[in-house]
Amino acid sequence: MTDTTLSAREAPRLRGRVLSVASLAAAALAVAALAGPRSGALLLIGLGFGIAMEGLRFGFTGPWRRMILFRDATGLVAQMVCIGLVAVAAFPLLAAHPTELIGADAPVGYAMVGGAFVFGACMQIVLGCGSGTLVNAGSGNLVSAVALPFFCLGSFFGAYHLVWWTGLGALPVAVLSGTDGLALTLVALASIAGIALAVAEPGKRRLPARLWIAALVVAGLAVLHLAIAGQPWGVVYGLGLWAAKAAVALGADLSGSAYWSAPANVERLHESVLTDVTSLTDIGLIAGAALAAWWRDGLAARLTGHPLRAWIAIVVAGFLLGYSSRLAFGCNIGAFLSGVSTGSLHGWAWFAAAFMGSWYGIKLRPYLGLEARR
Amino acid sequence: MTRLPVVLALLAALAALLLFDLGSSAPLDPYAAPPLAALGSGQAASGAHCSELPSR
Repeated sequence: MTDTTLSAREAPRLRGRVLSVASLAAAALAVAALAGPRSGALLLIGLGFGIAMEGLRFGFTGPWRRMILFRDATGLVAQMVCIGLVAVAAFPLLAAHPTELIGADAPVGYAMVGGAFVFGACMQIVLGCGSGTLVNAGSGNLVSAVALPFFCLGSFFGAYHLVWWTGLGALPVAVLSGTDGLALTLVALASIAGIALAVAEPGKRRLPARLWIAALVVAGLAVLHLAIAGQPWGVVYGLGLWAAKAAVALGADLSGSAYWSAPANVERLHESVLTDVTSLTDIGLIAGAALAAWWRDGLAARLTGHPLRAWIAIVVAGFLLGYSSRLAFGCNIGAFLSGVSTGSLHGWAWFAAAFMGSWYGIKLRPYLGLEARR
Repeated sequence: MTRLPVVLALLAALAALLLFDLGSSAPLDPYAAPPLAALGSGQAASGAHCSELPSR
């Protein structure tokens, strides 16, 4: 009798899940038919990122917060495992196919380091980084949903001014490559994981199975992204592009920006977002996270309120997340995960500066009305 | 309020963005699209990325 009742309850849920997967597969097929097979594949990869990150609770902001506040190393170590797995595949792929594939190479500079520091602080204020803001918004987090449009605006303006900021001073692009470069990268990732484990509190060192699975799945999707797109996974370019398209539609003239008037970006502005790599994976991230949240009944959770000054802080931090991530040549994904795993030294500079910024961002939250003072 | 209205509003905004984009951008042409995978295509990567500077 109980089994029959359970089956009767589970049947609509199963039907809903099958229908939702079929709908998303149909959407990816439609995109492939309209914009080409690569676009359809990238949308599916984005959906996979969203489902994996929301479903397995894999992210960047929360683990850094838990490391700093509670000396919980598990999430940070999972990030290092994930990046190491991507690097093991990406280094030889980039070496063997230099004309077809490119890494996330960018210079270390004043604005880059400063941007990463501000990004680290702001990601703790809104409790969401580049991918995290999309995943959280997709799962119904009101703070991230409010921050997201300002993130897009900030990314647009940050890109608008990027060339000026970079002109303040930057080193030549430095990239680790080959077997030696891969070995150095893996040793550095293992060292960070080792330090995190050494300072962690007892009982906060052992990774749960879900984090191992998440690291493996996200790494696999990141390598697949590199092979399909020809470039590593990124997030913030697409967000800025959406705002730039809206600005152009409202009559803005972007010819004054060295960035947006560059031929490659003019072409992106002219073409549909369904042909833009980061836009497709960003859309997939949001939709995938919404699906995963729905599957585990997370959409019924009640929202918590914040005072007005907290909402003002969320809007400002959302804008700064977008602006600073462009100065830093990426967020936790484009600069940290993709930069480090493809050998760019700016990925390491990003990690150091953003982690330091996170420490200050965590300290700021109570003063902004986002949490009780400790 | 639960999370559901937030998700519905976000997905509606995303759908509106896509409709606006399809109406205002160059028409899509799947026959001029790049092959499924860049790896093995023999073509240079052409997508935009947040790590790029325009001068590159």
